[in-house]
Amino acid sequence: MANKMNAVPSNWKTIVDAETISRSISRMSYEILEKDRRLNNLAIVGIRTGGEYLAERIRRKIKEIEGVEPQLGVIDITLYRDDLSNSDLQPTLKGTDLPFSISGARIVLVDDVLYTGRTIRAALDAIIDFGRPACVELAVLIDRGHRELPIRPDYVGKNLPTSKGQFLRLKLSEQGFPDGVYSIE
Amino acid sequence: MSKLLIKNGLVIDPAASLEEPRDVLLNGALIEAVERPGAIPESAATEVLNASGMWITPGFIDLHVHLREPGFEWKETIESGSRAAALGGFTTVCCMPNTKPVNHNAEITRFILEQGRRAGACRVLPIGSVSVGLKGEEMSPLSELWAAGCVAFSDDGEPVWDSGLMRRALEWAKMLGARISCHEEDKKLSCGGCMNESALSYRMGLNGMPKVAEDVMVARDIELARATSSKVHICHLSSARSVELVRRAKHDGIDVSAEVTPHHLLLTEETVGDYDTNAKMSPPLREQEDVEALRAGIKDGTIDAIASDHAPHEQDSKLVEFSKASFGILGLQTNLPLTLELVRNGTISRMRAIELWTRGPAKAFGLERGTLRCGAPADLSIINPDYHWTLSKELIASKSFNTPFMGRALSGIAETVIVEGQVVVKAHKLSR
Amino acid sequence: MRRHLIGIEGLTKEDIYSYLNNAATFVEVSERELKKVPPLRGKTIVNLFLEPSTRTRVSFEIAGKRLSADTINVGASDSSITKGETLLDTARTLQAMAPDIIVMRHKESGAPHFLAKHLEKTSIVNAGDGMHEHPTQALLDLLTLKHHFKERSAGIEDLTVAIVGDIRHSRVARSNIWAHLALNNRINLVGPPTLIPEEFRHPRLFGEKINIIHDLKTGLRGADVVICLRMQLERQTDKFVPSLEEYSQEYCVNERALQAANPGCVVLHPGPANRGLEVSSAVLDGAQSLMQKQVNFGVAVRMAVLFALATGKTVSEGKSE
Repeated sequence: MANKMNAVPSNWKTIVDAETISRSISRMSYEILEKDRRLNNLAIVGIRTGGEYLAERIRRKIKEIEGVEPQLGVIDITLYRDDLSNSDLQPTLKGTDLPFSISGARIVLVDDVLYTGRTIRAALDAIIDFGRPACVELAVLIDRGHRELPIRPDYVGKNLPTSKGQFLRLKLSEQGFPDGVYSIE
Repeated sequence: MSKLLIKNGLVIDPAASLEEPRDVLLNGALIEAVERPGAIPESAATEVLNASGMWITPGFIDLHVHLREPGFEWKETIESGSRAAALGGFTTVCCMPNTKPVNHNAEITRFILEQGRRAGACRVLPIGSVSVGLKGEEMSPLSELWAAGCVAFSDDGEPVWDSGLMRRALEWAKMLGARISCHEEDKKLSCGGCMNESALSYRMGLNGMPKVAEDVMVARDIELARATSSKVHICHLSSARSVELVRRAKHDGIDVSAEVTPHHLLLTEETVGDYDTNAKMSPPLREQEDVEALRAGIKDGTIDAIASDHAPHEQDSKLVEFSKASFGILGLQTNLPLTLELVRNGTISRMRAIELWTRGPAKAFGLERGTLRCGAPADLSIINPDYHWTLSKELIASKSFNTPFMGRALSGIAETVIVEGQVVVKAHKLSR
Repeated sequence: MRRHLIGIEGLTKEDIYSYLNNAATFVEVSERELKKVPPLRGKTIVNLFLEPSTRTRVSFEIAGKRLSADTINVGASDSSITKGETLLDTARTLQAMAPDIIVMRHKESGAPHFLAKHLEKTSIVNAGDGMHEHPTQALLDLLTLKHHFKERSAGIEDLTVAIVGDIRHSRVARSNIWAHLALNNRINLVGPPTLIPEEFRHPRLFGEKINIIHDLKTGLRGADVVICLRMQLERQTDKFVPSLEEYSQEYCVNERALQAANPGCVVLHPGPANRGLEVSSAVLDGAQSLMQKQVNFGVAVRMAVLFALATGKTVSEGKSE
């Protein structure tokens, strides 16, 4: 790996290790394929920033299994958030890149941690601004509960009961940290 | 006849070069005696005033105020303005003729004098206009104005641009023994300007009034005074070069006198800051080098007087875009403490400070005042130099509040002010 | 908390990049079929344009609408200003309608400061005040350059920028100078002495890093960017130039003059241009001109500015002094 690996800060506690993450990605990829083996209209769309590299890994896995690479996209949901006026920091826009036609596509939205469901709501709005997909499915590495909207995932890496105040983050080697889901204190 | 004995004070009378503890006895409207402490028995007086810790000075004279009456009574009246003057330690103020109608005939002059007497706070002496309606076209009836009681002539605010007219007016005024007081500004050079022309004005995107607009007119009027052997007074000097021009003219023996305002001695253009319209006046606040030159001018005698250019404006004319705001700020109630700042920072002695408000202006306009000599009019200011106060709206006697000094911590106040023997200010409050 | 964009003066390089980086997303939004995003839903923006302007007003209006804000245009003729109402009263009246942002164009320098000082709850965006600043113009010029120079390793830094024309009266020039100073670029101000006061090099203004050059070819030598300014014809009564013919003889940016600049040099003009006076048609319509792109990027930059003021809590305001 070309990236320089950073040391894990002492206030990060590993909740899910690299091995489990790898197995989860693998399993979710199979499940995505099992549901519909046609790959011509499949697009994996990561939600910035947590789902971005995860989406890429899922795509790579699917290619490994099927030898065909599905479309890959990334969306920034900042413009669709419902809490823009009371965020403490100036929002930074990182951009949306969907280099394929949304209309008629089977979209698998990818995020690291599913929590209140608000991010997914925003992501759905963002996607629909680009066209009318055939369907949208949701893949998350961790489902930690505490939903505030009627949203459920189609593919789950791991169900992880958490308390409300807890702060969870997936970090992958692409971001310069050893693969892991960390609880940050 | 009532006789007031003022005891235990420090007399500062620049006209008599006196700066010593003295007791002063007033006899009605005149000064009867100035003697060593204790030399005048209390029995000689009908009333005794203890001025311990105070300075006893001749009443202050302001050569340059705008009292706005007649015509702009919502900004100031002769009554409100002269009350503000008295509170500031002034016993005489000379008011500029840019009223409506302009003070360009005897009727207006007499009206102003009468309103001043009626207000009874301090002596109000009118300045007549040089040209009819301040238009710079025809000469005002200078003799008529002089006879009615004007003490000088000026087209303040609308400088006489016609050099020919200025020359004739100087010649006529010379015959009367009068002085012409000149607002020095070439309006073609300062065209549309609203602050000092400088890096700051360019940064703020405001049209500037260059210093040279003042300098060329000072030079012109000095040369006209030289050519006609007449008397000119240069209003509110603001540029270093103009100070130098006056210095050289005096050296050459030209009869030129000059004044400067406290704000030009203390503030720079930086005060305009965030487009603060209370820092907008004409001439504008300049730069530090000009402040230094003006301070040198009051120190070495180039500048004869400090004058306030008291220019009240209602809030509405200042609560607008900077370039649209009226020019001018209040001065009468802040003149004394601001001047004392210059004493405290070592620029001038207290004797010189008092001279710039008494003997200096009196001499410039040929007024028989500004001294505590026996037999002189009993115009006195008794100053508490160590009284600390903060300028606030409630303390302002003017009808307007346009001053960049609002909220400033000040030291020094006129404790008692006596005009022709009458106590008009007592314990720094108007006594009537 | 109050947040305004009054000027580029006082903004750091980081502040500038944060606007430009967010603007990139809005460029993308502007290229979508559905050119609308929801972040300013329910926000009200008043475009208070008290000086005539078409492109800036339309640009702000489109920007507001693409962010889903409700935009209301108030011009000089339909405001009560023409009936003698003061700016303060106009502002207070608007304030009572609780706009989140007032975008203001005014012919007097400092008018947006005045508004900002007197309105407590509204963000002010300066859309050009007198001869003072026009911050969004400078930002859109930078965005245009950033896009053009995206392959260049130093991006929009380490550039030589020549600003040509009536600098004295130009708010566009002032905002661009502050911006390029923040980016540490070399700046040549080019024009006659009557239109470029020496004070521009004063330490209390732009300082000695700025070059003032009176000869056009010398001024364009080595330039990567040439910003042509509009000759303000309405000011010519003040005798700043002997005649427009003589001015254009000396200072019209034409193909011949541009040969002195770097080969890859690009030309910007804030518009509207006086063709043949400050810039030749051949240059304006030529390959080096980015004028049309400037208009396109204008909307994206204004979206970034409105977005920044309506969201989040920490935005540098830009200084006025």
